[in-house]
Amino acid sequence: MSAARLATALPSHIVRIAMDTVTEPFWQAAKQRQLVVPKCGDCGTFRLPPTPFCPECQSTSVDWPQLSGRATVYSFAVVHGYPGLPELTLVPAVVELPDAPGARLVTNVIGVEPENVRIGMELTVDFHPITDGWLLPVFRVAADADAEKE
Amino acid sequence: MPQDSGLRDVAIVGVGATPYYRRGESTGKSITQLAGEAILAACSDAGLSVGQIDGFAYYSGAGAGYGDKMESADFMETLGIPEIRFSASLTNGGGGSAGAIGLARAAIVAGDASVVVTVMALQQQKQRLGTVIAAKPVNPISSFLQPSGLAGPGHLMSVLARRHMHQYGTTRDAFAEIAISTRQNALNRPKAIQKTPLTREEYFSGRMIAEPLCVYDFCLETEGAVAVITTSVDRARDLRQKPVPVVAVAHGGTRDWGRAFSWYGMPDDTFTSSGHKPIAGHLYKQSGITPQDIDVALIYDHFTPMVLMQLEDYGFCDKGDGGPFVESGAIRYSPRRKPGTVAVNPHGGQLSEAYVIGMTQIVEGVEQMRGTAINQVADAEFALCTGGPASLPVSGLILGRDR
Repeated sequence: MSAARLATALPSHIVRIAMDTVTEPFWQAAKQRQLVVPKCGDCGTFRLPPTPFCPECQSTSVDWPQLSGRATVYSFAVVHGYPGLPELTLVPAVVELPDAPGARLVTNVIGVEPENVRIGMELTVDFHPITDGWLLPVFRVAADADAEKE
Repeated sequence: MPQDSGLRDVAIVGVGATPYYRRGESTGKSITQLAGEAILAACSDAGLSVGQIDGFAYYSGAGAGYGDKMESADFMETLGIPEIRFSASLTNGGGGSAGAIGLARAAIVAGDASVVVTVMALQQQKQRLGTVIAAKPVNPISSFLQPSGLAGPGHLMSVLARRHMHQYGTTRDAFAEIAISTRQNALNRPKAIQKTPLTREEYFSGRMIAEPLCVYDFCLETEGAVAVITTSVDRARDLRQKPVPVVAVAHGGTRDWGRAFSWYGMPDDTFTSSGHKPIAGHLYKQSGITPQDIDVALIYDHFTPMVLMQLEDYGFCDKGDGGPFVESGAIRYSPRRKPGTVAVNPHGGQLSEAYVIGMTQIVEGVEQMRGTAINQVADAEFALCTGGPASLPVSGLILGRDR
């Protein structure tokens, strides 16, 4: 299989992020290669993206538990091309996080042939360098990542 | 003949539009000029002088396409409108197109204004629809969406389409039928951008942009302006055209939909929807009619799967049955409506006629209720017009034949 057919993330130098005090802990943790998600400090509800209030109980108290990095594909697209980058193949995906039920992350599945991606597929987190030294959580197929470790 | 118990206190009395242009072809004209042409055409259609306009009811935050703005003061100065007593907009984007007529109604029923214009103008030289998400400056919330490379709204909605296919077994054949039937409706329309038939072969060899969606699932990137004039039903009866009463109109939506495909946190059933179900409920309650009474459906067709999901949300078929419903031919235009079918976008929609952010749907609804549409549904009594499945508000409008 040619590597050109594998889905990638957007090139590091074009991905910019902005943050405020509410979202910054997510990015600071990612920089340490950790996946965290805001969890209401009062009622325990997870939410994404990070927002100032718990939508269930309006609390501003928030915990940032570190997650296992496991995820499953809830839905996805196979995107051909990006402005200025017509050859790019991306698999943008909405993933569910088994240890943060109710929160979905919008991300990319990388290192995979797009035609092999399925809803329900198990993934594991990886981190992709972006501008200004930040890291972006992305995902690889869990079976592939396990095989690499062995 | 089905009777309704709807509003019927205001009516659309004039519609007007510029020619429809392909992207870049209206260069040299300003947004104010395009919108002004549409407003003057609507006044002429209604038999009103432009100076009689005394209100503006916009949607999309009075935005004109992607980055440009419309200002009532510009229109007053440019067109010579002496005084306005209402100038307001629904929030967010194209979801509010149909609902803007409700905003006009609010002004009229409250007694604030009497002749209210709703207008949209767009050009796409500076920013095209197709990559509008990628082009936005990043902010702390969009930083959780933009890095994925979902560059435009069609990309975002492809993810909903995929889930609908997974959950209900919907196939690309359904999306193809929406694209092909809509194209068929555009063939005899002088102003349509796309006037050659679309074959299944062409559809299935179309360039894949965001799988499962191909280029033919995406609406046109056109330019132009459309204006609609609303007034009280009493005043409407003194004007040039047969009035087209507003039978029901609603905008809003529920938290389960919320920011929708900018968020993706919707529960399963809502994820595979258009977000319009609560609007449908309000419209049917307000009007006292049912989906079976709708003779023609002008469905906001920015992307084919969202037509399918709106047909489900408005009750033309059961939830999840949108695929088999459209593949049965039920949305094809026929001059005589058959039971169990509804003509969808006989004007060729935004997929094949022109995309003016929902306004062409309202124009077609008006023409169908006047009985003057190019692809007229005989004796049509009720037309549904919808706003775009988008971040809230979404909206819908039922127009009726005057009695």
